Amino acid sequence: MSTMTKADPATPAGSANPLQRRRPLGDRGFQLVALVAGLLVLIILVLITVTTAQQSTTWFTTAGFKGIFSVSFDGNTHFGAMGVLYGTVISSVIGLIVGVPVSIGIALLLTQVVPARLARPFVYVIDLLAVVPSVVWGLWGIIVLVPWLQKIYHDIASGVKGIPVLDSLFGGDAVGGASFFTAGLILAIMITPIISSLSREVIATVPDIDKEGAYALGATRWEMIRGAVWPHSQGGVVGAILVGFGRAMGETIAVALVIGDSVEVTSHLFYSGHSIAAIIALQFGEATGGEFRSALIGLGLFLFVLTIGVNLVARWFVERAARRARGA
Amino acid sequence: MMAAASNSLGQPVDLREPSGWRRSKNQIMTILMWLAFVIVLIPLAFVLVTLVAKGADAISLQFLTNSTIPPNVVPLGVGGMGAAVVGTLEITGFASLLAIPLGVLGAVYLNEYGGNGILARLISFMSSVMTGVPSIVMGLFIYIIWVLHFGYSGMAGSFALACLMLPIVIRSSYEMLRLVPDSLRQGSYALGATKARVTVTVVLPAALSGIVSGALLAVARAAGETAPLIFTILTVEQTNPNLFSGPDTSLPLQIFSNAQSAYVGANARAWGAALTLVAITFILMIVARIVTALFTRNTR
Amino acid sequence: MEEQQDQLKVQQDAEVLPKLAVPETAPAPAAAGASIFDVKNTSIYYGAFRAVTDVSLTVHENEITAFIGPSGCGKTTVLRSLNRMNDLIPGARVEGDINYRGVPLYGSDVSPTAVRRRIGMVFQKANPFPKSIYDNIAYGPRINGIRNKGKLDEIVERSLKQAALWDEVKDRLNKSGLGLSGGQAQRLCIARTLAVEPDVVLMDEPCSALDPIATGRIEDLMREIKSRYTIVIVTHNMQQATRVSDRTAFYSVLRDEKNDTRTGVLVEYGRTAQIFEDPHDSRTQAYVTGRMG
Repeated sequence: MSTMTKADPATPAGSANPLQRRRPLGDRGFQLVALVAGLLVLIILVLITVTTAQQSTTWFTTAGFKGIFSVSFDGNTHFGAMGVLYGTVISSVIGLIVGVPVSIGIALLLTQVVPARLARPFVYVIDLLAVVPSVVWGLWGIIVLVPWLQKIYHDIASGVKGIPVLDSLFGGDAVGGASFFTAGLILAIMITPIISSLSREVIATVPDIDKEGAYALGATRWEMIRGAVWPHSQGGVVGAILVGFGRAMGETIAVALVIGDSVEVTSHLFYSGHSIAAIIALQFGEATGGEFRSALIGLGLFLFVLTIGVNLVARWFVERAARRARGA
Repeated sequence: MMAAASNSLGQPVDLREPSGWRRSKNQIMTILMWLAFVIVLIPLAFVLVTLVAKGADAISLQFLTNSTIPPNVVPLGVGGMGAAVVGTLEITGFASLLAIPLGVLGAVYLNEYGGNGILARLISFMSSVMTGVPSIVMGLFIYIIWVLHFGYSGMAGSFALACLMLPIVIRSSYEMLRLVPDSLRQGSYALGATKARVTVTVVLPAALSGIVSGALLAVARAAGETAPLIFTILTVEQTNPNLFSGPDTSLPLQIFSNAQSAYVGANARAWGAALTLVAITFILMIVARIVTALFTRNTR
Repeated sequence: MEEQQDQLKVQQDAEVLPKLAVPETAPAPAAAGASIFDVKNTSIYYGAFRAVTDVSLTVHENEITAFIGPSGCGKTTVLRSLNRMNDLIPGARVEGDINYRGVPLYGSDVSPTAVRRRIGMVFQKANPFPKSIYDNIAYGPRINGIRNKGKLDEIVERSLKQAALWDEVKDRLNKSGLGLSGGQAQRLCIARTLAVEPDVVLMDEPCSALDPIATGRIEDLMREIKSRYTIVIVTHNMQQATRVSDRTAFYSVLRDEKNDTRTGVLVEYGRTAQIFEDPHDSRTQAYVTGRMG
């Protein structure tokens, strides 16, 4: 029995079960249809899990644990997930490192610095960023950004040659424009709108009176942000960052076009790489063999579970922060 | 005039700016915040300028309507992207037809019927989570349950896009329905209306513009998606007028394949298709904004 | 309730209404201390709306000055102009002179941040930061550059003692400031304000959300710290004004029927005993004897 907090005006007084007779068929029918529509979400999620798992059994059984946890994926004999997982994670992390400071900076700018009535055009600009389709970012990336970065990467690589940590990160001989780092940059651009807008929502719930309290102690605006705004928004912003992380990991087309085409685990960020989503997109057409196709679907399942997990944690953070804002 | 005076101990009281480093820190931070905004402006401007510059060369009436997509090696001027334009409109249109009513109904369930029950909270939570599912997974899903049995078709692509749009429409419609004041519902109940009637005749109309604008944004998002279509519509070189059978193509797919080609002609077509796609998306977004603006005016 | 007429005529009642007697415990009038605030012909605007008109008064050192009056008469507006908190409201504008210790508060080279460090404020609803009690108090000193843990410990203890909160929280300084009761939270905010060692403490109806016992404690607190600070308090509670303040300023609303505008005015300002026992203005008399407001 669902717990309703207030009496449902559509049920006759005194009836315990809202589905008891006396409600016209059309009314009940409508409720049923609405319920089914809502259930679709759950149904689809469950079906995705089940069907992809089913199709990946060939991969599981043929490659086995050892095969799946290996690095190489060549579409022939090796179907390891670790190499592409590495690419997904590394490019997403780079995207976060570049994108998060920018997103939070924008969120703070639009909530604390720019007066409320003037903020709208800025928000429109950020929305523009979000509306550009992934494939267009990829097109621009591969035709404009990659060749331009290629030169820069080469310069950096020769510059850091020999220096211990920097060389393993930014050096190397196979440096190319299409690489982990370029994918990370494009991801940063693409996840900034969502992180920024979710953060803005959270930051906007900080009560004015807390901000006044800080100002009344003689704080500058930055000190006020650190003292009054940040402690309130911490949890929510972390949630926003995780949502962005999930988005970055699932981003397919833009990454596929600029990450290069080689599956390997390497510290060289300017090397060509691959990601889970990109490899599925690029190689599905060529996947004729049973195990190949099964492996790609299995990778899809893997990505599905991964992004759902990250999103669950993210929403938990955001809900918790929202609850705190209402309660405290 | 100097901002100085004496306090009760006779010591000078200075009301000028706080010490240098506090003030500098504040200014630096403000500058950094502005810088953050400028940093995102740069790629955005860059992309839009390139898009317009390179795309405009390719766009022509022939480009938009000619139903034969030439092989990559062929230079610009022959054939066009008509097949892809039609494909995009049809596939996205059908997906919207599926996802929008179902999404709105789902939101109606959550807000009007579900209350605080476990099921409603679960559906609400999982819809949020589902918006984060990569679109490629939706494509794989439809591939498995539909394409493997019934083959590639534009409709399969629509199914995949609809799966993508559904949680977005549910969430945005839900937020709009929540905003409808309860007094409107009470007034209708008091006249003896059933819940269904209240919802359809009072609540939905009140939330309509918000729902519409949210739906338009979902459509814009779906129109730009590539990954779900890779596994569901395959590709064609001629317009496929039949949405329900046979492979199809769409603008994002064409951009994707042409982008990977080394030929100048293919790249030029990619830019033209990209400009067309972005124009469609922008128009949808602008219409959504206009609808929202009308909404806020009506509630004043 | 607001002033219904803007003329000075007052209805004579058949019987004499009881006057509000100033209680025995009220502070004895003393010689006026140095002038802390010198407000001269000041009007404050929010955009085109004139919130207060032509206010002139002097706040003296180490005294408690109360602003009383009906709602909407601008007493909070005037209070907030004394530490430039109105600057935070877009469109707020001050015309006239407000001098702090002889220096124009709104001078061109005056920093609002520096002003607020010296002129602190306690708000109507306690607003502790979502941090520990310790960090709440330490926030002010920290932004002023004090990092030394020993020094901060000392400041926290001293401030909490001044605010009469030390004994109650000394064992849980690390607990969140949000977990305190209303009265405790307000004393925490007072301690937080005192931690930066201001010159003046402004209080905007600090007890309006508190029960009588908590209110009594804060009034005791005010009397204790008066010797080291200057206090200006806005209050709706006339008895409170008589209990704690040395001087009282009575504000009221001036209505312009023709243009349908309202603005706040300072009606009378003087020693508390005089305001309540022998008001010079009939509007003051009407308010303090309870016939309006």
